[in-house]
Amino acid sequence: MSNTKYTYAVARIRALETSLLTDASIEQLLACKTVEQALQFLVEKGWGGASSGQDMDKVLEAEEEKTWRVIRDVAPDMSVFDVLSYPKLYHNLKAAVKAVCTQTQNGHLFYDDCPISGEEMLRIVENKDFSRLPGKMSQTAAEALDTLLHTGDGQLCDILIDKAALEAISEAGKRSGEKIIEDYADTTVAIADIRIAVRSQKTGKSAEFMRSAMAQCSGISVDQLIKAALSGMDEIAQYLEGTSYAGGADALRESPSAFERWCDNRMIETMKPQKYETFSVGPLLGYLIARENEIKTVRIILTGKQNHFPDNAIRERIREMYV
Amino acid sequence: MSELGIVYALLGAAVAVLLSGTGSAIGVGIAGQAASGVVTEDPSKFAKVLIIQLLPGTQGLYGLLIGFITLSKIGVLGGGLADLSIQTGLLILAACLPIGVVGLLSAIAQGKTAAAAIGIVAKKPDQFGKAMLFPAMVETYAILALLISFLSVSGIQV
Repeated sequence: MSNTKYTYAVARIRALETSLLTDASIEQLLACKTVEQALQFLVEKGWGGASSGQDMDKVLEAEEEKTWRVIRDVAPDMSVFDVLSYPKLYHNLKAAVKAVCTQTQNGHLFYDDCPISGEEMLRIVENKDFSRLPGKMSQTAAEALDTLLHTGDGQLCDILIDKAALEAISEAGKRSGEKIIEDYADTTVAIADIRIAVRSQKTGKSAEFMRSAMAQCSGISVDQLIKAALSGMDEIAQYLEGTSYAGGADALRESPSAFERWCDNRMIETMKPQKYETFSVGPLLGYLIARENEIKTVRIILTGKQNHFPDNAIRERIREMYV
Repeated sequence: MSELGIVYALLGAAVAVLLSGTGSAIGVGIAGQAASGVVTEDPSKFAKVLIIQLLPGTQGLYGLLIGFITLSKIGVLGGGLADLSIQTGLLILAACLPIGVVGLLSAIAQGKTAAAAIGIVAKKPDQFGKAMLFPAMVETYAILALLISFLSVSGIQV
C-alpha cells in the first residue's frame, strides 16, 4: 500500500494552488502603471496581512510567512524540509564568522526564520562552541573561522561555507528518501555549479578555485564544467547542451539576466510534475518553491516599477509560474 | 447433518461482510482525508467532495447484501438452521469469496482514486462530472464480483 500520510496535506495544497498567480495575473501586474496600483492589485488578490497595508516589504514578508505557516500546519514531518533551510542556515554562519572576525555588530545581516537564529549563531562562533552546530557544519565553521583569521581572505571563507552548504543540501536530499527532495537538491547543486562556472569564467578564476567552490552532483560533471569554463563562455554553453540543463546554453548566449531567469525556471520545471501527485510530499515542496518564485517575481516587478524601469527590462526578468 | 457445514456457510457470510467492509472503511477514510483538506481551504466544495468521498463505500454495501442473502439462505435469519453438508457449506464459503476479496482491494484502490479526483474538484470545480468518472471506473470490478457472488449463492441448492 502506498504512503497515504500526505493525502490531507496534498488536498489542501491543491485547493491553495488555485490562488497562486498565473502568467495572466503577472501580465496584469505588469500592466499596472504605478507601484501603488500594482500593490492594490495584489491586496485585492488577498496578498499581505492585516497590518501590512500598502507597504511593499511588509506585504511580501507576510506572504512568505503565510506559506510557511500552511506548510507547518499540514506537513506530518517537517524534517524533509531541512534541505530548504540550509541556504539560510549557512548564510547565518557566514555572517557570524565575518562579524566575529571584523568585530562589527549588525543585526540586519541574519535570517531569523531558520533553525539557528543570527544571535545564537553569533554566540556559537564567538565562543567557538561549534559542537552545537548540526552535522558537518561544526567542522566547516571551525575551518572558515581559522581561514578568515589567518588569511584575511573573505572570498576563501565564502566559498568554503558555500560549498559546505551545497554538500549539506545534496546529502539532505539523499537522506530524505523522497525522490522529489533528492531531485530538488540535485538541481539546486547543479544550478549553483553552473553559476560558479559562469562567474568564474567572467572573472578569470583558476581551475583550483572552481574545484574548491563546486560540489558534486549527478546531472553535471564538475571536471568537464571546469574544463569548459577555462576555455570560455561558448564552451560552457556547448557543454550544457549535452546535459539535462540544455536550456541554460541558450540563456547564457542571450544575456546575464536571461541566465538568472533560466536558473529559476529550471527549478520550477523540475517541480511542475508535482501538480499531478496525490500521495507524496512532492506537491508541498512544489507549492513552497512556487510561492518563493512568485514572491521573487512580484518583488522584481514592484522594485522595477518603483525605480521606473522600462517594461521590457522588467519583462526580461519575469519568472515562469508554477500553475 | 454435519455441524461443520453451517459453520463454513456462516464463515462465508462473515468473509463477505468483513473484507468488503474493511476495504470500504479504508477507502472512505483515504478519500475523507483528501476531502477534509479541500474543505479546510474552501468549505463551498463540501457537497461535491462528499459525494466523491462516498464512492468507495459501496463495496461494504455489496458485502452486506451477499452476507444477508447467505444468512437467509442458511436459515440464520428467520429461524430454523438449514441442514447443510460440509460440501454445501464450503460451496457457500467459496461463493462469498469474490465480493470479499475484490471488495477489499477495489475499495482501497477506489479510495486512492477518489482522493486524486478530489484534487480535480479542488482545482477545477466545473470538471466535477469527469472527476466522478475516474473512481466510478473502479466500481465496475466490484460489481462484477458482486454479480458472481450473488449468482453463486443463489444457485447453490440447500
